[in-house]
Amino acid sequence: MAINLDRLTDFHHRAATVRKDRMELLAGNLANANTPGYKARDLDFKSAMQSARAEQSHSMSRTHDKHFSVEVRGAEEAMYRVPNQPDTGDGNTVDVQQERNAFLENAMRMQAGMTFLSGKLKGMKKAISGGGQA
Amino acid sequence: MSLFNVMNIASTGMSAESVRLNTTASNIANANSVSSSYDQTYRARKPVFAAEMDRAMNNYAKHSGKDLPPTSGGHGVQVLGVVESDKPLQVEYNPNHPMADKDGYIYKPNVNVVEEMADMMSASKSYETNVQVADTTKRIFRRVLQLGQGQ
Repeated sequence: MAINLDRLTDFHHRAATVRKDRMELLAGNLANANTPGYKARDLDFKSAMQSARAEQSHSMSRTHDKHFSVEVRGAEEAMYRVPNQPDTGDGNTVDVQQERNAFLENAMRMQAGMTFLSGKLKGMKKAISGGGQA
Repeated sequence: MSLFNVMNIASTGMSAESVRLNTTASNIANANSVSSSYDQTYRARKPVFAAEMDRAMNNYAKHSGKDLPPTSGGHGVQVLGVVESDKPLQVEYNPNHPMADKDGYIYKPNVNVVEEMADMMSASKSYETNVQVADTTKRIFRRVLQLGQGQ
């Protein structure tokens, strides 16, 4: 049986990508906490993950030169947050506390994902080296 | 891994907030700089922030003709510039003051110290938040680099 590293890490790879995208958005929200007119944005992790996985299952190989190359990029769309306060005076909808919590939560989940991935890699390493102490 | 992007965003936030702290400090420091003419008096300075998103959205609208935001990615802050407040100056009748003009008036800056203090607090808190974002990102980065290492 061939060892398939892609299959081993793929799920975590996609998850990390989505987490990274979300992290970027939340960092942008926090950086723009005092920008007039800025609207806070966020990603729905569930649907983003779904589209990331759909992307995975859509990978096709071209068997003929005249085939179009298919590239399916998931439509993970950043949506605008529904503001807690109807009017903040300057049109900014960033709630710093909420964004901070979301950022922290996202970061911790990402770290957890990294830990799982690290464990998987360690397991694979052990399998490759036969489990013996080198 | 474009975690560097998160770092960049946090750093734009930090530099914007530090401009704000800077202007606030200048305003407070000059709150009592009296002068003898209307034109020479210090006026409160305020930075104007804009999301870099505006620029991105304008580019997008230009190229596609659609008025939609780009799909993903966060946006940093940009300091568009520093403007002087056009609130009226405080004119005071004080003929004994050494800076008084020939009619006995002195001109004080339009700085509201209480407002500036509140602004300073807000700026320093926001700065801190951005530092924390960068710190968290750094920690995650380290985790990524350590993947698969060790027993």
